[in-house]
Amino acid sequence: MLQIDLWKRILIWLVVAAGLLLALPNAFYSRVEGHNDAIASGVEDSTWPSYLPTGLVNLGLDLRGGAHLLAEVRVADVYESRMKGMWPEIRNRLRDAREQVGTIRLVEGKPDELRVRIGDADGMARAVQLVRDLARPVTTLTGAGASDIEVRAEGDILVVTLSEAERAATDDRTVRQSLEIIRRRIDEVGTREPTIQRQGADRILIQVPGIGSASELKQIIGTTAQLTFQPVVSRTASADASAGPGQEVLPSLDEEGVFYILEDTPVVTGEELVDAQPSFDQNGRPAVTFRFNPTGARKFGDYTAANIGNPFAIVLDDEVISAPVIQSHIAGGSGIITGNFSVEESTNLAVLLRAGALPAGLDFLEERTIGPELGADSIAAGKLACIVAFAGVLIFMVASYGLFGIFANLALLANVGLIFGLLSMIGATLTLPGIAGIVLTIGMAVDANVLVFERIREELKTARGPARAIELGYDRALSAIVDANITTFMIAVILFALGSGPVRGFSVTLGIGIVTSVFTAIWVTRLLIVMWFERRRPKTIEV
Amino acid sequence: MRLRLVPDETHIDFFKYRYATFGVSVVAMIASLILWLTVGLNFGIDFRGGTTLRTESSVAVDVGAYRDAMQPLNLGDVSISEVFDPSFGPDKHVAMIRVQAQDGQESVATDTVNRIEAALQQVDSTIRFTSVESVGPKVSGELIQTAFIAVGVSLAAILFYIWLRFEWQFSVGAVAALFHDVLLTVGIFSLLQIRFDLATIAALLTIIGYSINDTVVIFDRLRENLRKYKTMPLQDVMNLSVNETLSRTLMTSGTTLMALIALLVLGGDVIRGFVFAITWGVVVGTYSSVYVAKNIVLWLGVKRDWTKPDANKGNQFANIDA
Repeated sequence: MLQIDLWKRILIWLVVAAGLLLALPNAFYSRVEGHNDAIASGVEDSTWPSYLPTGLVNLGLDLRGGAHLLAEVRVADVYESRMKGMWPEIRNRLRDAREQVGTIRLVEGKPDELRVRIGDADGMARAVQLVRDLARPVTTLTGAGASDIEVRAEGDILVVTLSEAERAATDDRTVRQSLEIIRRRIDEVGTREPTIQRQGADRILIQVPGIGSASELKQIIGTTAQLTFQPVVSRTASADASAGPGQEVLPSLDEEGVFYILEDTPVVTGEELVDAQPSFDQNGRPAVTFRFNPTGARKFGDYTAANIGNPFAIVLDDEVISAPVIQSHIAGGSGIITGNFSVEESTNLAVLLRAGALPAGLDFLEERTIGPELGADSIAAGKLACIVAFAGVLIFMVASYGLFGIFANLALLANVGLIFGLLSMIGATLTLPGIAGIVLTIGMAVDANVLVFERIREELKTARGPARAIELGYDRALSAIVDANITTFMIAVILFALGSGPVRGFSVTLGIGIVTSVFTAIWVTRLLIVMWFERRRPKTIEV
Repeated sequence: MRLRLVPDETHIDFFKYRYATFGVSVVAMIASLILWLTVGLNFGIDFRGGTTLRTESSVAVDVGAYRDAMQPLNLGDVSISEVFDPSFGPDKHVAMIRVQAQDGQESVATDTVNRIEAALQQVDSTIRFTSVESVGPKVSGELIQTAFIAVGVSLAAILFYIWLRFEWQFSVGAVAALFHDVLLTVGIFSLLQIRFDLATIAALLTIIGYSINDTVVIFDRLRENLRKYKTMPLQDVMNLSVNETLSRTLMTSGTTLMALIALLVLGGDVIRGFVFAITWGVVVGTYSSVYVAKNIVLWLGVKRDWTKPDANKGNQFANIDA
């Protein structure tokens, strides 16, 4: 009767201790935050002991203040430039077969298609065939076997459009590129913990705490970033390496402690890059192909011809993305970057290469600015409400259940600690409704204990002895506790799946609160009661 | 001496006024529906698009002057209201301004906001804009849809879960009670014209979660008692179950309400609507567990024979041992 294995006891205490330890930094919020910022910027900082956890609950925009934007990427913008970019290739191809297809002329059409009038209608079949040969397989991570363009004949007009699969792949790429560019640009501003997420097929959610207003944020996203291709002088491990006149030292993007000394003057800039796509080299390894516009192509061709075997650097925002070695003379303005890439890495690099300018325009569907003082007011109000709610519940429980109420209260304290510990651990965001969720959890967390205590009271009337009553109380209340909490948990999951922003923050605290309150009510109070019972061995108990 | 919200043993007949209580619920639901359809909900910008600005000033808010200043901007429907909260100091005056979504704009235009801010600054130079939120009509339409889906999916999930764990009659009763709670909350929001936004939907779902919690506890006891008292009339078993769990029901509602009221009074005006919805829902939800869910189960009847068919009796084989 009333036995809990030693390992279970230890486990329970460990969980509670771990939860409280993880929650601890939140009690010293600004100190830990300052410490984390110092560490992130590479400064030694001893204001917070290094053996303690440093995870904090992120404060949502409604608590900290900042700007929120929901942008829709005009994915169709890209179709037009893709089609335009394809024209020279198609023109050259058809011109070579002039005897069969006659004269060729570009005619007006919808922006996302290419219409070519063929002089000799009899050669249409041949023309369609020729253009079709230009089609490339769609490059996606899922690797669908479709080709990127569709070619059909309408009378004497040859119509080229992007295929459905290619459009889908292009849309996806466009949104990813936009996301990447936006992320880079916001990182450049150096604000703390921005959230930049893709939402749905073509939307991007941007949340930046601490920024003055949404229009300020829109300006940052609107500026162009600089992409350059520069000759590499040498590679070094120090940022202070001495660079000669007309040279500069730039850090590597993904390798820490690696710096490059580069020629100041770029060979080509991002403005002259037309396209970069993930692809495969002749050995079937993932690679990235890129293409310049004619002027860029000429400059790049001349430079590569003169510098075979030398590395050149691809630089974005003063960071070296990569520094491949020139393997051969790259004429015709397109080239391939090989390396030790996985498919994902080559896809990313292609994204990065194109990250110079936003690939498509953005429409802002939603924008919210919350001033920091409003957030501070909300935090203060939330804190006060939490304390009052907490005190009220504690007093109420002791008044109702005496000693057992104290056990429940200890469990409740552990519960709030665990909620904050878990929130810090998963890096969840606390929003204003989230605070309400915690207050609600404080109110509801005692429910499981109330169920058990009420049951013990009932069992005391019939059962033989207090130990049996306690045990039966826990056993018989369990099904009600489980059913009641599973249904509430389902709601939290639905809220999480369908909600966004503050609502989602609420669902996270609600869900975590359910898990921790069941744990503390079933295990922690039980353990406290059992330990008390073992010491005292009371003949009668009053609940 | 322990605090007891109810005596240890109660024998309240919860069905004594069942026609009256059930009638009240039905009337309240119909009234809510009528209010919803006639008066309508005061949708926030989340659901109808537009812009809200929260202003803060050290000078008293002059709604008329604000309105006059914004008149030349031709923004269509503009609503301005002053916000009061006990936590505001004497020189803190807050107002909420809502502007409808501008015609022909799918997205949000920054210059509209800038023009409003400039116009208001003319009236009151100390004015500050502590929050500015704009939602385009495209998104708001989707948000309504998502909100309906969320409530619908929740009800369906609960219907299914209770059916799985109990009997179908229980799940119908439970969902009817939840429907009652949601409708009554929508009704009070229509009646008092409290702003109905995304947070309110979250509150509705929380109410569903709380109310089902309460209902399940009573059902759980009912299920147990149905097995224990096989011959007792259903109505009596129900009364017994509610009486046995009454102390718990009131304790839990009590602690939850205490926490919520603290939040309602002290939590600031930003979440007052949200907290009000939940507080209201806890009251209505507690009521509906006792008076709505149970009445429906009683009305539908429930399977009483919980014994498993006896393996030794009535099968086609002769019992050799006998």
